[in-house]
Amino acid sequence: MAAAAVAVRDLWKFFGDYPALREITFDVEPGTCLALLGRNGAGKTTLLRLLAGFSHPGRGEVRILGAGVRAPETRARLGVLGHGISLYEELSASENLHLFGSLFDLPDPARAVDEWLERVGLSRVRDGLVREFSRGMRQRLAIARAFLHGPSLVLLDEPFTSLDDRAIAVLQQVIREGLAAGCTVIMSTHQIREAMELATHAALLARGRLLYHGPRAPEMLADPGWLYAQYGEA
Amino acid sequence: MTFWRHTWTVLTKDLRAELRTKEAVNASFSFAITILLLISFAFDPTEEMTREFSGGLLWIVFAFAAVLILNRSYARELPNDCLDALIASPAPASAIFLGKALSNLFLLLAVEAVCFPVFGIFYNVRWIGQFWPLLLVVVLGTWGLTVVGTMFSALTVNIRLREVMLPLLLYTTMIPGLLASMQLTVHLLAGEPLSTAFVWLRFLIGFDVIFTALALTFVDTVLVG
Repeated sequence: MAAAAVAVRDLWKFFGDYPALREITFDVEPGTCLALLGRNGAGKTTLLRLLAGFSHPGRGEVRILGAGVRAPETRARLGVLGHGISLYEELSASENLHLFGSLFDLPDPARAVDEWLERVGLSRVRDGLVREFSRGMRQRLAIARAFLHGPSLVLLDEPFTSLDDRAIAVLQQVIREGLAAGCTVIMSTHQIREAMELATHAALLARGRLLYHGPRAPEMLADPGWLYAQYGEA
Repeated sequence: MTFWRHTWTVLTKDLRAELRTKEAVNASFSFAITILLLISFAFDPTEEMTREFSGGLLWIVFAFAAVLILNRSYARELPNDCLDALIASPAPASAIFLGKALSNLFLLLAVEAVCFPVFGIFYNVRWIGQFWPLLLVVVLGTWGLTVVGTMFSALTVNIRLREVMLPLLLYTTMIPGLLASMQLTVHLLAGEPLSTAFVWLRFLIGFDVIFTALALTFVDTVLVG
């Protein structure tokens, strides 16, 4: 049996004495899209940062694609798009993508950069500095950066926040193509409607506990507040 | 090979970013030149006095100028959460660190390269005859400064008082390295051969090797915890 894309066992994270995550246990199968829901402060970003290897858990274990979170082979197959766009303001669009293409050891970074600039509609401004870009252009470039190396697992932290219509369409298209190619996606979001259009599974966090984890039900698509209401979080 | 490619990628990225904004290098350069000129005009030292305090003066100026460059090293990664993307990449933290340390080394050497002629002219010190030994001492001393400073830049990047903490940590740790650099510089500017201060040279090399090894070993723990 193939290893789960993400396997989380009895995960706890403490900030001082406060448990930001408590007894989190779940698996994410390869090729699925998990929408991670929860109110502000529920622990979504903390969980995603643990999955990305940006911090260590207080207790418990995380396995990504069958290996440890900080293993080089894991990081080579992981794409992350967090709250920040993770792009250098003083570098151009193509320089930013080329930098990450080199760090991810792409065999032909220049070709990958050209392809992704075309896909996100930024070929025309490839030599423009990021500091001169609009918010929507930055977000599209950030999407290209996260998917540039063809990751097997992508972690997206509120990816639809502050996106314009065009950037939302680009992101949804990129995620759909990624899923079709077998990529696993985990995204935390408050934009439930946009997320549910893509999600195959959903999880609900509240005060650091995992209240629900399972397939996306039709009711979740029809009513964005349905899952919250089922667990008294409306 | 991959390690060095990652190091090169980070080195060129940092140099390119700094050369476009020049925010750290301009401040460092202005500071160093201002201090050299002010002390020259304020005390008007004789050639003999200059020989005695030249090592101390130069390395104090270099150490203070270095902080302005080193403070920006990891702080540059904070806007837009760029450090997260670096940590998430397969590049080892030690390669990222080494790329940043080398970038800081080149920037600080550039500032020092401008300081030496100014020092020679305003303090009437002829150092060109000792160019190669002096270059060796400057590179070794500056490497010690940058490797320790870059490590503490990583350590303090996420704290609010990093501009205060970095110099506090750097200067106290750098005392042995700065002492050796000062002694060697005084010897060389007095016209003595490097061999007369060989013990200080070995001391400085030992300092550099130990702190480079420590930094490369522990930087992953420093960045991720």
